[in-house]
Amino acid sequence: MKDEVTREERVDNLKGMGCSRKRVEDARFTQGKGNYVDDVKLDGMLFGDFVRSPYAHARIKSIDTAAALEVPGVLAVLTAADLEPLGLHWMPTLAGDKQMVLADGKVLFQGQEVAFVVAEDRYAAADGIELVEVEYEELPVLVDPFEALKSDVVLREDTVDENGKATDGAHGPRKHPNHIFTWDAGDKEPTEEVIANADVVAEESMYYHRTHPCPLETCGCVASMDKVNGKLTLWGTFQAPHAIRTIVSLISGLEEHNIRVISPDIGGGFGNKVGAYPGYVCSVVASIVTGKPVKWIEDRMDNLMTTAFARDYWMKGKISATPEGKITGLHCHVTADHGGFDACADPTKFPAGFMNICTGSYDIPTAYLEVDGVYTNKAPGGVSYRCSFRVTEAVYFIERMIEVLAIKLDMDAAELRRINFIKKEQFPYTAALGWEYDSGDYHTAWDKALKAVDYDGLRAEQAQRVEDFKAGKTRKLMGIGLSFFTEIVGAGPVKNCDILGLGMFDSCEIRIHPTGSAIARLGTISQGQGHATTFAQILASEIGLPADSITIEEGDTDTAPYGLGTYGSRSTPVAGAATAMAGRKIRAKAQMIAAYLLEVHDDDVEFDVDRFVVKGAPEKFKTMKEIAFAAYNQAIPGIEPGLEAVSYYDPPNMTYPFGAYVCVMDIDVDTGVPDIRRFYALDDCGTRINPMIIEGQVHGGLTEALAVALGQEIAYDDMGNCKTGTLMDFFLPTAWEVPNYETDFTVTPSPHHPIGAKGVGESPHVGGVPCFSNAVQDAFRPFGNMHTNMPHDHWRIWKTANDLGLHG
Amino acid sequence: MSKKQHYAITVNGKEEEFLAEPRELLIYTLRERLNITGPHIGCETSHCGACTVTIDGKSVKACTMFVAQANGKDITTIEGIGGPDDLHPLQEAFKEHHGLQCGYCTPGMITRATKLLEENPNPTEEDIRFGMAGNICRCTGYQNIVKSIQAAAAEMNAAKEAAE
Repeated sequence: MKDEVTREERVDNLKGMGCSRKRVEDARFTQGKGNYVDDVKLDGMLFGDFVRSPYAHARIKSIDTAAALEVPGVLAVLTAADLEPLGLHWMPTLAGDKQMVLADGKVLFQGQEVAFVVAEDRYAAADGIELVEVEYEELPVLVDPFEALKSDVVLREDTVDENGKATDGAHGPRKHPNHIFTWDAGDKEPTEEVIANADVVAEESMYYHRTHPCPLETCGCVASMDKVNGKLTLWGTFQAPHAIRTIVSLISGLEEHNIRVISPDIGGGFGNKVGAYPGYVCSVVASIVTGKPVKWIEDRMDNLMTTAFARDYWMKGKISATPEGKITGLHCHVTADHGGFDACADPTKFPAGFMNICTGSYDIPTAYLEVDGVYTNKAPGGVSYRCSFRVTEAVYFIERMIEVLAIKLDMDAAELRRINFIKKEQFPYTAALGWEYDSGDYHTAWDKALKAVDYDGLRAEQAQRVEDFKAGKTRKLMGIGLSFFTEIVGAGPVKNCDILGLGMFDSCEIRIHPTGSAIARLGTISQGQGHATTFAQILASEIGLPADSITIEEGDTDTAPYGLGTYGSRSTPVAGAATAMAGRKIRAKAQMIAAYLLEVHDDDVEFDVDRFVVKGAPEKFKTMKEIAFAAYNQAIPGIEPGLEAVSYYDPPNMTYPFGAYVCVMDIDVDTGVPDIRRFYALDDCGTRINPMIIEGQVHGGLTEALAVALGQEIAYDDMGNCKTGTLMDFFLPTAWEVPNYETDFTVTPSPHHPIGAKGVGESPHVGGVPCFSNAVQDAFRPFGNMHTNMPHDHWRIWKTANDLGLHG
Repeated sequence: MSKKQHYAITVNGKEEEFLAEPRELLIYTLRERLNITGPHIGCETSHCGACTVTIDGKSVKACTMFVAQANGKDITTIEGIGGPDDLHPLQEAFKEHHGLQCGYCTPGMITRATKLLEENPNPTEEDIRFGMAGNICRCTGYQNIVKSIQAAAAEMNAAKEAAE
């Protein structure tokens, strides 16, 4: 057989790893043919919606549903009293706590679910909601976690014994009835000693405000109980469909094989769609009760006010150093506001997520972290908004502490970072708070970034600007924001990462068809990341069939292998690894088949792009397409027919992507308006699968970082009223506010990942928030600014300028 | 609840007649009554633009228009802009330049962009950013959306020139 194409062409034909393959998802999305949960329409489908509490803390004296039930089209109104006999009025949270599905005697936050109205359509449901009469008795409201830890007001009656004494919580003893847990890492006394005896110590308190992932599509589901066959099908916006199936089975008592969970197309997740929400439970119950499919879809206000806030960390830090700037110790205390229920989406053994990555990219010999979780009258959640479990908070903390230390030392903040980076030769590096960083080359990345932006030139320009400002020649200051981040993603090794006991491995199952195309199914689920495109690229390179001939499917628990889903940048590190490993199993069998067909020993053939060739005789080969056909249709002694493989991958370690970001900003001190002049982002996510998609992820993550740093927040008044329940008040940047970004990269492959990839989706958010914030704060550094809290909206920036006396 | 009324609208060239309550929002008429699910719901307050359609030649957010207000109007949704056999240059360009990720904003985004390019066939980057500011995307950071619209404009202008 004559080989007519060059090897290079054969590589190109595969569209494998490293090429900017166009996305296979886009045909349906650009033509309006996506299939999101609200597009699911079933015969006789009903619509359920919630009566929600207007109060942040109140006792429920009575609920009268009679008038609502008179509304034409309203079929049922569920309350906690209806769910109690089923044991479903409360449900377990991912954090080991429990949460009311429907208000059981009292409400703990504004917008809490009180009753579920089931009707023939959403208008009838809305009419019904209006007529459910709930009598509330207002209770004192606690919106400040520090206050909550001192208050006599006990928010949760299940946190005290009959003598009023605080009982133990899921993570140990409580200090107070409103206290959830204390979690620590590192060495307390040695750290305190190092800091007490240090030459230089910088201290700062910072509040990382509450915000929300706010994907454009809200959360929702359709539950359909088939009473004839005893099967429940649940479509929904689930970032972890398999985990949802198991949880539904555990709390409903339905056997897991009788539950089919389907995540259809998902309109963005960013962590919002990891948790289990009362709407899911109520829809399932309503479907069982009525025997009809029931749809529940949040409106935007429900979404912002009730499901999945992020952050809300009060962080207090101390960092010590030598006079030359070598960091000797780091101390961090966090007061974490978890709202009315502890529903944080973290691996169960990590109630503060991976906050203990807060030593960042620096070689800090001694460190201690302590986190206190607290109940308040705010919505539950605590999800990882485009980050791996509190990594955003950790990176913000250390990148602000570095800046504060630089001010204290009167040093350049870029230089301070450089002299404290973990050195290339120190990897694998065990940090003072326990994590083993797998790989990194921080100095190379930092130098490349600073050179790309002409850092010294920027500083000279900034110095001139300060002089001009002082001379009255300009009213604009210039800020240079720096950030160097190390993420910890790819949760994770089953030995220490599980959610409610479910190990955080992931999976891939591949079936090669006789004509040389394939289908692969994974335990993850794309929400815009382009899995159908990139996982096919991994496979194309591993098994030598074109990516265009490989279908990727996710999100249907009846067909996909079990996996823990997509969040925390875990898809590439975990499911991507499973994909490569399953591909290698396919290749191993293909090798035996090729050797048989070529009449040589197994060891005498080798894989080459899309075929096996006889070693030393490349003109003798069998393509993977030929091998696939033979696998099914030729009797081969000792080899069973077919070509399939499955791999469950339990990663040996997390992966540690890193990056170097620089933001240049002009700030009008009289209006508080920042103008982002330049943003340079260098990311090292290890092996790059699809550069186009990586760049898109970076653009998007930076924009979400811009939002959080410059204006986006979930704010409450003293009465616990959520002040930011619509897109009028909750900042989502438009094309008008967003700059163009410059992207760059270095490649430091993960040594333990089969293809060396590390994950990238969340890096730009994690690294971006401190970069934008540092730019604002850096502009005011020459005038004595140490730290101001985010979000740096126009008013707060103006206020900073005013507080520093810059308005004359 | 109010009494149902008779309405007639034209959607993507097809006349539709039905009885509906006047308070029904146009987005639900399209999505639930007529099964046109390209336009999406993101906010119901006119902020996000996921529901953008074209009504009598203007970009309109279907989440804040009552069906009664749409009576007798001519409506185009993403489904009427291009399909598998006649893709609009914007649909091609969004795919080519990675102008979308989760796809939820995309139908509204492309529908709005068709009007933008009709109003201004040679937009600057600033024109595009201003003209698209009523459509929110949470995934892309807009850079590739701008690029996609620029590419489609160039493509459409070249095609127009070739035809003349």
